[in-house]
Amino acid sequence: MTQGIYRVISNRPIAPSVYKAELAGDTSGLTAPGQFINIKIEGLYLRRPISIYDYDEGKITVIYKTVGAGTEKLAKAAPGDKFDILAGLGNGFDISKPTQKPLLIGGGVGIPPLYKLCRELLQKGKRVSVVLGFNKKEEIFCEKEFSSLGAAVTVATVDGSYGIKGFVTDAMRNIDYDFFYTCGPLAMYKAIENTAVTSGQFSFEERMGCGFGACMGCSCKTKYGSKRICKDGPVLDREEIIW
Amino acid sequence: MVDTRVTLSGIELANPVIPASGAFGFGYEFAELYDINILGSISFKGTTKEPRFGNPTPRIAEASAGLLNSVGLQNPGVNKVISEELPKLKKCFNKPVLANVSGFSVEDYAYTCEKLDTEDCIGWFEINISCPNVHGGGLAFGTDPKNAAAVTRAVKKVTNKPVYIKLSPNVTDITEIAKACEAAGADGLSLINTLLGMRIDLKTKKPVLTNKTGGFSGPAVKPVALRMVYDVYEAVKIPIIGMGGISTAEDVIEMMLAGARATEVGAANLIEPFACKNIIENLPAVMEKYNIKSLNEIIGGAHNG
Repeated sequence: MTQGIYRVISNRPIAPSVYKAELAGDTSGLTAPGQFINIKIEGLYLRRPISIYDYDEGKITVIYKTVGAGTEKLAKAAPGDKFDILAGLGNGFDISKPTQKPLLIGGGVGIPPLYKLCRELLQKGKRVSVVLGFNKKEEIFCEKEFSSLGAAVTVATVDGSYGIKGFVTDAMRNIDYDFFYTCGPLAMYKAIENTAVTSGQFSFEERMGCGFGACMGCSCKTKYGSKRICKDGPVLDREEIIW
Repeated sequence: MVDTRVTLSGIELANPVIPASGAFGFGYEFAELYDINILGSISFKGTTKEPRFGNPTPRIAEASAGLLNSVGLQNPGVNKVISEELPKLKKCFNKPVLANVSGFSVEDYAYTCEKLDTEDCIGWFEINISCPNVHGGGLAFGTDPKNAAAVTRAVKKVTNKPVYIKLSPNVTDITEIAKACEAAGADGLSLINTLLGMRIDLKTKKPVLTNKTGGFSGPAVKPVALRMVYDVYEAVKIPIIGMGGISTAEDVIEMMLAGARATEVGAANLIEPFACKNIIENLPAVMEKYNIKSLNEIIGGAHNG
């Protein structure tokens, strides 16, 4: 983990209530895709955890949905604004898992942390399939970005206005995979848990106090004892999760 | 050169800055960020007889200039604290620490303290009779002078180390509890624990915390803490560790003027992981600014006579 001041390069909406922000600053603390940042927002006491979409030397990109006071304030940030950020929090996804045909399953605003993961898996020569789930066509984001990387992308919409009609689990049926990585809402996780035929990793969210393992605010029970979502997670193995 | 040293029951601290229990784990997360040996001491994560997961999540909520927590004393239990956590703490911190202990009966407190008593790294006991997040737990002892005294006596019987009782602000008159603990043999007091509070989500129209209520801490509670430390200082002769909303070197000095001999920093560590380091580094300059040569000389300085 590192702490630093980050400058907003850009911050703009990419779908209804969904924003993409590029932040310039220290990226030396980032070690894996699926990690998150904890950002101090003027007027609020607790930092706000936000998942990382992508990072390269000196630049972190996040995609977030406005869901409350913190993200609504963040959405108003303009290029040049500065934020105090803790970066490189959490374990992130494990790209060393023995997989040749990984499947990435994202639901709504859970999709962003899969992007950097997708990039890294492709770089390692894996055949990556991606399933993105949305409620309806208007809410779709990032489809092109994943396709451009070279992944085989399938989109599912609940109302059938785009792609496959139904849930991500409907889109998964015809895909050949030997491991999965997923990030999205709990209802989607339960459906995946009932459908998926391989091992996999799930990324969880929880209300956090500190974001770096000190306060025990975000603990969850696993088959191997209690874990802190912020420090021992947010990514957990399918085999350890108690549903 | 200013002098930041203070003494707590015969043990000298390089400075009065102590991370508060529950906001600093067993130290090692912070040791990854800075050399925590600069700290005056550490009050480690509240320890109970049995392992505890604590309350269901969400157990953290935003509040005005502070936060609510209903963690509920998550800890691995005294045996694992001794076998796993304290060895890790000792690897990154070489000074005496405060052993923060909680319980659900007088016997619980005595059992846990007796187990911990043989640990050399423990300089003081800090007995939490004031956790607001455990139903039928600590707070029941902290709101009744007789119960507070009973816990104090029981712990004093099993250890020769100095025993500090951590008091709850959720009482009508904190000085009554303070006096009862002093009469029962407490070597010192630490105050305040968190204030019982609540937030309600306008979308769900239900409490934000699954536990419904939680302990309120952060800068917003500092005036309440100062007033209580001030009142308790007038009521007892034993030393006080003051806490509640401390985030800066100025806050430390203010708390000491109210009557604290040392101070604890809680919530600030969660927001600003370098909070204690920053406070310690800023302390000499702030002392000079206010013409303070020695922190020892300002304890209780706000009182008359």
